[in-house]
Amino acid sequence: MTGSSTFLEVRDLTVAYGAIQAVRDVSFTVEEGQIVSLIGSNGAGKTTTLRTISGLLRPVSGEVLLGGVPIHKLPAHEILGRGVAHSPEGRRLFARMTVEENLRLGAYTRKDEAGIVSDLDRIFDLFPVLGERRRNKAGLFSGGEQQMLAIGRSLMSRPKLLMLDEPSMGLSPIMTQKIFSTVRDLQQQGTTVLLVEQNALSALALSDRAYVIDLGRTTLSGTGRELLADPRVQEAYLGEGVAS
Amino acid sequence: MLPTLLSQIVNGLVLGSLIGLIALGYTMVYGIIQLINFAHGEIFMIGAYGGLAMFTYLLPTFVQQQWYLALPLLLLAGAGVSVGVALIMERFAYRPLRNAPRLAPLITALGVSVALQEGVRVFYPGATAALPFPKVFVQGTWAIPVPGGTVPLRWTGLLIIVVSLVLAFALNSFVNNSRMGRAMRATSQDRDVARLMGIDPDRVIVLTFVLGATLAGVAGILYGADLGFINIDIGFQNGIFAFTAAVLGGIGSIKGAVAGGLSIGLIKALGGQYLPGGTAYDYVWIFVVLIAVLVFRPQGFFGETERVRA
Ligand SMILES: Nc1ncnc2c1ncn2[C@@H]1O[C@H](COP(=O)(O)OP(=O)(O)OP(=O)(O)O)[C@@H](O)[C@H]1O
Ligand SMILES: [Mg+2]
Repeated sequence: MTGSSTFLEVRDLTVAYGAIQAVRDVSFTVEEGQIVSLIGSNGAGKTTTLRTISGLLRPVSGEVLLGGVPIHKLPAHEILGRGVAHSPEGRRLFARMTVEENLRLGAYTRKDEAGIVSDLDRIFDLFPVLGERRRNKAGLFSGGEQQMLAIGRSLMSRPKLLMLDEPSMGLSPIMTQKIFSTVRDLQQQGTTVLLVEQNALSALALSDRAYVIDLGRTTLSGTGRELLADPRVQEAYLGEGVAS
Repeated sequence: MLPTLLSQIVNGLVLGSLIGLIALGYTMVYGIIQLINFAHGEIFMIGAYGGLAMFTYLLPTFVQQQWYLALPLLLLAGAGVSVGVALIMERFAYRPLRNAPRLAPLITALGVSVALQEGVRVFYPGATAALPFPKVFVQGTWAIPVPGGTVPLRWTGLLIIVVSLVLAFALNSFVNNSRMGRAMRATSQDRDVARLMGIDPDRVIVLTFVLGATLAGVAGILYGADLGFINIDIGFQNGIFAFTAAVLGGIGSIKGAVAGGLSIGLIKALGGQYLPGGTAYDYVWIFVVLIAVLVFRPQGFFGETERVRA
């Protein structure tokens, strides 16, 4: 938990959709074992940043380094193999497949059937509702259950770095707490987490470090506590949540 | 009366299972890359010519004369040639257009189709006319006794039904139960998320073309063996039927391709027998049924409404 070595480094990243620059010169680092959040308003470029790290998008300029090695030219399917799992915005489950099939797809690159089976059991311990309904189609689940499945699916590759894009979106407060405490548990078990959240208060409370992204740029950074106390953050992202 | 009805049903099932076998290639490629691969009929045709070439130029006489030696070799040759051509087509015609607007690969598919057909016409000796296809299976018919007479079923027709259904079941179980099959379904449902799972879409796409071409190549040999001759138009004719079958059954669906193929076979056989106009109009009924089904169920028998993409 000392978080001494830099695991992920994003350097001057610029990403565009055609002529529209969605991310401009974004830089941040994620130390091993930390929970790092990216917060920012709608359309700030958070999802675009994650999609670029996982190889779904190519940067116009800048670099993504994983353990010091550039990965921004690798295809997405190879980046997973380097220990980066990405649970995308909106969960994006394979709706017509069962819980178990979704989880097994998370373990697609693994060949150790015994390990896969024991990880399935681990996920079912973590989220018992998934175990009870392992043969049901994922599309029939509630939002919270789908989010558990999405997280479970991205854990099945045994990632070193787990990237979660708005895991609390559309969830009840209780379910949100459950997801965040799961994230904390995962960190304690040694997983590094890069979290994107609109729910800035909960995210900051959880984070070792956080970056504010605004209109494609990183504007503020600090520890979770520092940003929680920062008046600019309070005004822009926390609203009444802190006052009350 | 009954023997006539049953005979037409038998004819319909023979044609229909062959069409279904070809339709599987259309439906799988569409399911993965949303491309209507109009050249797939030509992949079927070229499989038949591949088998014919092996028989004519490579097999020694004693092998030619024993169907149980010749047939497996021809099936391998047909599937092999179809797969080879499909791989070249995927790599050099479709892959460069992977991110192009959807019209571009569609028009390319039409171009590939014409190129393959004309290629065989120009380069295969004698292909300007129909060529006799070797008798690589038991000849003659099985007269199935029924009340009021018998129903003839050619042994080659029985072969078509059995092989088609076995291959369709095998394919269905591969897609539903294997790791690669799961990767195919994942790629079809959400390509980006499939990539996040570590799936290489190019590998899945190649596998899809290989599976479709294998079935088409086998179908080409079975077709030649049943009919006794082949010409370069067979890909176009049967390709249209197979494409229609895939749409009727619900494009993207494996069960749908088989059900659509069998429906088309039965409509053609029964419509030609019983509906006004006789066999001159049997094509008409196929498309009348297609239109009628699509009006009431645009996604076809087994199609998914949600498959429509943004
Ligand atoms: N596929 C796309 N094509 C074109 N522009 C896009 C695309 N996806 C996102 N954008 C634009 O890029 C910018 C950044 O979007 P992005 O989704 O990365 O923001 P975000 O911070 O994740 O927002 P949110 O909190 O709403 O999820 C926005 O202006 C958005 O409109
Ligand atoms: Mg987003």
